[in-house]
Amino acid sequence: MLLIECPWCGGRDETEFGYGGQAHLSYPDDPHELSDERWAEYLFMRDNPRGPFAERWVHSAGCRRWFNVLRDTATNEITASYPIDAREPVAR
Amino acid sequence: MAVDVTQLRRSPLGHRYRELEELSALAPQATLAEEPPCTQLNLRVRPGSPPLDRVERALGVALPSRPNTVCESVDGRYATLWLGPDEWLVVAPDGTAEPVCNALNTALNTALDGGPGSVVDVSANRAVLRLSGPAARDVLETGCSVDLHPRAFGPGDCVQTMLARAQVVLWQRDDLPAYWILVRSSFADYLTDWLCAAVRAQTRGR
Repeated sequence: MLLIECPWCGGRDETEFGYGGQAHLSYPDDPHELSDERWAEYLFMRDNPRGPFAERWVHSAGCRRWFNVLRDTATNEITASYPIDAREPVAR
Repeated sequence: MAVDVTQLRRSPLGHRYRELEELSALAPQATLAEEPPCTQLNLRVRPGSPPLDRVERALGVALPSRPNTVCESVDGRYATLWLGPDEWLVVAPDGTAEPVCNALNTALNTALDGGPGSVVDVSANRAVLRLSGPAARDVLETGCSVDLHPRAFGPGDCVQTMLARAQVVLWQRDDLPAYWILVRSSFADYLTDWLCAAVRAQTRGR
């Protein structure tokens, strides 16, 4: 079981959280301008790195807030958790 | 014919009153009972904004800014529980939902200037159980992963977490310790089953 640090509530069991996939994806400024290929890329294609990965989590059994987590996909080590509107931490 | 709706009201655990009383007589180290109904309001307002000051003045209680804490009025009639960075649960005496809602709405509307904020009566959303006695913490710890040791959790602290796989708001009321367990009414029967079993297991042979 992962222990995830909620920026507001502190460390809690993984079972209290929901997963939201890759973080820091922004909606295209003008979706009508995109080709079908680019649109499909935005909708479906996600990074799948081995190593540090910024991803969204929601503390659904607690404060019900979305936030971002920097997790190493190889070791499951969580190095940072930060509010949804904060920038991705640079130091890895 | 006008129907008095207060007469139609049923407490989520009213039918188990006798059972809980009997269990508490057998296990005084951890007594379990349903609290009388109270008014519960969900309040959302942006922290640090003028409407928040107005709301605090209208209520006569501060809204805690530290996560997972509770502020209570001096007379103990009103309490505000932290639910999120911009969300609180207001607990007020039974029957005050309408006046308190109106007062808060006025405080929000006159000061919001079109900003976000809301107050919703959620009194029927959650049943309130009281678990108290020297063994109460032992009982909770068999189904809750949050650290409830006095070094980490004490009177005036509340936490939203899972208790026996049910989502609850847990609020420590005093040093005894006594806890309020606020749980969705539809989970109340299940959680009471689980708590009764846990009380029996933890108080056996004491």
